Amino acid sequence: MSVETKNQARDEHPIEHLLRMDRIPHIWCSTCGLGTTVRALAEALEQLEIDLNKVALVSGIGCTGRVAGYLKLDSFHTTHGRPIPFALGLHIARPDMKVIVFSGDGDLISIGGNHLIHTARRNVDITVICVNNFIYAMTGGQVGPTTPITAKSKTTPYGNYEPPFNVPWLAASSGATYVARWTALHVRRMTTAFKEAITKKGFSFVEVISPCSTLYARLNKLGTGLNLMKFYHDNSEIRHGADLGAVSIDYQSKITVGKFVDIERPTYLDNLNECHKKMFGDKYKPYGGGNGND
Amino acid sequence: MKADSGNVLTGSHYLDGNYATAEGAIAAGCKFFAGYPITPSTEIAERVSRRFPLIGGIFVQMEDELASMAAVLGASWGGTKSMTCTSGPGFSLMMENFGLGIMLETPCVLVNVQRGGPSTGLPTLPGQADMMQARWGSHGDYEVIALAPDSPQESFELAIHAFNLSEKYRMPVLIMTDECVGHMTERVVIPSAEEIDLAERRYTDKKPGEAWPFEETDDLIPPMLPVGEGHKFHVTGLTHDYRGYPIINAEAQEENVRRLVEKVRVHVDEIIWLEEEGVEGAEVVVIAYGITSRVVQPAITNARAEGIKVGQIKMVTVWPFPEKRIRELARQVKALVMVEMNYGQVYLEMNRCAAGQCETYLVGHAGGTVHNPDNIYNTIKEAVK
Repeated sequence: MSVETKNQARDEHPIEHLLRMDRIPHIWCSTCGLGTTVRALAEALEQLEIDLNKVALVSGIGCTGRVAGYLKLDSFHTTHGRPIPFALGLHIARPDMKVIVFSGDGDLISIGGNHLIHTARRNVDITVICVNNFIYAMTGGQVGPTTPITAKSKTTPYGNYEPPFNVPWLAASSGATYVARWTALHVRRMTTAFKEAITKKGFSFVEVISPCSTLYARLNKLGTGLNLMKFYHDNSEIRHGADLGAVSIDYQSKITVGKFVDIERPTYLDNLNECHKKMFGDKYKPYGGGNGND
Repeated sequence: MKADSGNVLTGSHYLDGNYATAEGAIAAGCKFFAGYPITPSTEIAERVSRRFPLIGGIFVQMEDELASMAAVLGASWGGTKSMTCTSGPGFSLMMENFGLGIMLETPCVLVNVQRGGPSTGLPTLPGQADMMQARWGSHGDYEVIALAPDSPQESFELAIHAFNLSEKYRMPVLIMTDECVGHMTERVVIPSAEEIDLAERRYTDKKPGEAWPFEETDDLIPPMLPVGEGHKFHVTGLTHDYRGYPIINAEAQEENVRRLVEKVRVHVDEIIWLEEEGVEGAEVVVIAYGITSRVVQPAITNARAEGIKVGQIKMVTVWPFPEKRIRELARQVKALVMVEMNYGQVYLEMNRCAAGQCETYLVGHAGGTVHNPDNIYNTIKEAVK
């Protein structure tokens, strides 16, 4: 994009050219954390100066699942829990493209949990952004795989008694090569994390702690979404490389944020190519090339 | 478009139905297979995983069948011909994303090597009891195309045909075979690549910014948009308009679902493939599909030896159901006999279309083995009484 067009776009709205403006206004509640998160991804894509024609976005179902409908990229709104395997197929068919999964905690950690761990294990070169609002919001506020103990939801009216997943630990122990967590108000750091995750060769994972104003905040009497967004931010503690066993989140507790994992590991296609090269020698034509940077 | 000679194992082979299905898919240009092991279908995945590396294909053994079907759709949108295979229990799981494939109008092929059910049932023995699940297994209203091969040779040929139909009608296509055909080894003649016609994917010829993923066309089949070319399109499993944008109201639902249904219904004459023999002047017509269409042969031969005029219809396509032809026949014959390895599934459609114009009989059983031809013979005798 030329500087002139870029400036013109900024006069209108900073990320207008990255949004489907014919679909705005969006369906999200005011003071939902998705606004800053989507903005951060748009900003990250712009700062990376990558060819946006070669970026695909895949979402599942839920509030966050709607992101695919608003960002102006090749975008797929799939079934509940399945954006990661859909993205795997898309990535293998088009290894020259960047494939980003943008979905919620219910979608990725509960119904899609199996796909998360196995795709991380294979180290498939995709990026997963998991917006965690501690609740099933689209369906009206039920307990989720990340709801902290004692938090109220529509299906834990007396408080939650199930231990939640420690999401970064789950991703890291499954094999993710990049794992970070920020809150929805860490806009600059979140943008950097998205940039790092997208350029990372391998399975990269970013958790974003995001306020749900309409359900989680209201059911737990935590004020407005804005209050909660600020609470998460102000009660976060930046600890890069933290011991992931200790980053679980309790009800209204301190939230450990930072870049936890940034390692190198051969990707799924690297391993596949190496195995077949060894077996077939020059008869084998390596599949796919690089990780989308070429 | 002709098949790529690098993919086609031209010559005469001795293959089982599952290997033949794999070779058909490879000849059709399939380059992505995502699957999960399940008896009696696994040999398709095994053959593909062995053959793919040197022809530029990728096989991924997924964590489950939910993921398998989702990955197949993702790869197809990436522009790669894609497939998966499974059997009963896995077919149930695949129904979720099969529905997404219908809604996103995604070409791909799903093979169900049927075994006895319900539940875990008979993993190593045949059945044909997933036929109604094939028709209605995913939620919502839609039409499907399902093929039923009767031999390894036909498994090879119908795999190619399934890919061609899926590209032509822009939808997932089912191959509903069974354990018997899957594990039966026979001669399979694979023609040269130049003798294999392949349907090319129809992409839009419009420029980015001007094209939409579900545009209205005369044939009701919208051309696809390629990823990575700047179209920056959106598709969703939600009810959507021609732009692919979600619209949650009754009008949009009517328009969207009606077209999904109509795009198959207006083309039924091109899609339906029946092989008829001795139907003209017959008193009784025996209808069967897959392995069962071979098992009916001795019964028909014996009945004819006694002077009974018996015709046979082999349904190569089971869905869409040949409604028009059955209505016609019902007015001409004394009885229609459906032979299938279940307790009445495709029979229900036959009976519905016969609409009381002739007698209808089901020769069914719960699966686990093919029919005893005597039972078919006895039903033919009863029908002409």
